[in-house]
Amino acid sequence: MKKPSFHPCGNFRESYAEELAVFDTWFGRVSLLVFLILLFGLAPFILDRYLLYILNNIGIMAIAAIGLNILIGYTGQISLGHGAFFGVGAYAGAILATRLNLPFFVCIPAAGLITAMVGMIFGIPSGRLKGLYLTIATLAGQFIIEYVLIQWESLTKGTMGITLPEPNILGVNIAGDKAFFFLIFACLVAMTWFAVNIMRSKFGRAFVAIRDNDRAAEGMGIPIFRYKLLSFAISSFYAGFAGALWAYYMVSITTEPFNLALSVEFIAMVIIGGMGSMPGAIFGATFITVLNEVLRFATGALMNVGWIAGLGLNMAPLREFVFGLAIVLFILLEPKGLAELWRIVRSSFRLWPFSY
Amino acid sequence: MDFFLQLLVNGVCVGLLYGISAMGFVMIFKASSVLNFAHGELLAMGAFFFLSLATWGKIPVAAAFVLTLAGCFLLGFLIEKFFLRPLIGEKLIFVIMLTVGLAAMFKGLILLVWGGNLHTYPEFLPASLELHLGSITIVPVYSATLVISVAFLVLFGLFFKKSSQGIFMRSVADNQKAALSLGVHVRRVFALSWAIAAMVACMSGIVLGIINGVNVHDLSAIGMKVFPVVILGGLDSIGGAIIGGIIIGLLETFTGGYLSPSLRDVVPYIALVFILMVKPYGLFGLVEIERV
Repeated sequence: MKKPSFHPCGNFRESYAEELAVFDTWFGRVSLLVFLILLFGLAPFILDRYLLYILNNIGIMAIAAIGLNILIGYTGQISLGHGAFFGVGAYAGAILATRLNLPFFVCIPAAGLITAMVGMIFGIPSGRLKGLYLTIATLAGQFIIEYVLIQWESLTKGTMGITLPEPNILGVNIAGDKAFFFLIFACLVAMTWFAVNIMRSKFGRAFVAIRDNDRAAEGMGIPIFRYKLLSFAISSFYAGFAGALWAYYMVSITTEPFNLALSVEFIAMVIIGGMGSMPGAIFGATFITVLNEVLRFATGALMNVGWIAGLGLNMAPLREFVFGLAIVLFILLEPKGLAELWRIVRSSFRLWPFSY
Repeated sequence: MDFFLQLLVNGVCVGLLYGISAMGFVMIFKASSVLNFAHGELLAMGAFFFLSLATWGKIPVAAAFVLTLAGCFLLGFLIEKFFLRPLIGEKLIFVIMLTVGLAAMFKGLILLVWGGNLHTYPEFLPASLELHLGSITIVPVYSATLVISVAFLVLFGLFFKKSSQGIFMRSVADNQKAALSLGVHVRRVFALSWAIAAMVACMSGIVLGIINGVNVHDLSAIGMKVFPVVILGGLDSIGGAIIGGIIIGLLETFTGGYLSPSLRDVVPYIALVFILMVKPYGLFGLVEIERV
């Protein structure tokens, strides 16, 4: 089948294969390839350590956000426990690495699988509940997991935290931001590829059917409980995988970061990026991570401005305020998120000189 | 036995507080089906308004109380007008996330203006409210809480049963389209219910502030505790909120007293999961029936 080089002006698809194609045009495929080559070939060598650190964080968060997007954006089940699942993955990875001395390329996927199991347990209420009742159930899950992580001291060392060994592949230690950059972004590319292709399979279509109308989906013979559980499992797998990567990257972990605020950040990534869009999850992760860093920098700078320091105000809460404001503004002004803005920009180029 | 009785009384007192903080939450849900994650921050707003007026503004307590209620009425009205009205009919997740965003905004604002420290109100409750039941004493604030919560329960019961605005609210909660076609001003009802709910929330915030002192982090944590309470009582039942609050309060204090203090904070959520699995619409909630 010959693909056009550029987007046509309307929808001229004639077959399901065309509808399912990941790339509509050769141009899209080539530009993604060029972008990836530039990313892997240039970014780690021209960026300084701080920027690379931010980029690595974006990569990890993007993996988790893609997972949450599968659950929220494609299956329509809202989870407020994604931050806790991220923590479960981090701890599972850390415990496997320190207690069983497993190599990291076993630990990280294994952590993902363990988190998927935990996610399925907390997805069980979805058999009976939906909408806001399910949201509240996952909220309870968040608090329960947080409690277990802190209190199960024999396993998680409680508030002491765990220090991880350096990951090692074929005798080469992966240490430093540059080495981690390649590890994290290779994982991100693989996980994105996997997610995009799940959504093109029968599973993805079942998820979307459940999101759009669960009763109709059940009427058409989709076992909705099984698929909801599967969606929870896949989403938690992504969270756990990202969590374990994060644990290796941070070297030592404590229970503190995996609180409700992290879950909220993940949902914010999905909404700001655009629900039901794979690039959207990556955009969202980028936006939130960069926003956090910019706000940290800005509040720090504001504290040093003479007259503000003179007022004796603590500017740190400004971060929380702006973060909330960003969520609110996106929901009110562009609920489809950055992915929609990106689409508008592209289509205005495509339709030029008659763009609207 | 004394220990048991003291725990029982403490549990009921804590539970009443939960119940009273949950009332505003239930009001909002009842009238506009919005799950308000910013409830704890609304409580804190009320508590801090009152703090500024009564302690720093040196305004007499009664006047400060009335002023705070009026301020919160306005605040609720503005929240509805600017943030929630555009979302009527939108997907659940947008509404939930909007309130989460509002919670972050309010929390940031409160921390910016008042800081994260613990503040206390001056003593103004009469000592004659102190009750003695055998060997157990109930401090004045708790008896005041009891009085206030019963008063509000009766007041709102009457409001929803008798007043035309209350009946409008119930009709909107039951079926928006039908209410609209029968001439109910749905937008005004939403605005009013948010305003009243914010007022109730801020009053609860003041009561909580009198008992525990005013601190943003504690108050927003109570905003989260509201969830087990309202699910147990039924999301749209104000009386259920009080009873749910008392049950959760008892559960907490008994777990803290007999099992382990660290389990205390998480046991409401464990109970929450069980309630959701067994009886998702709670003790007094209206069962939603889905028709295809």
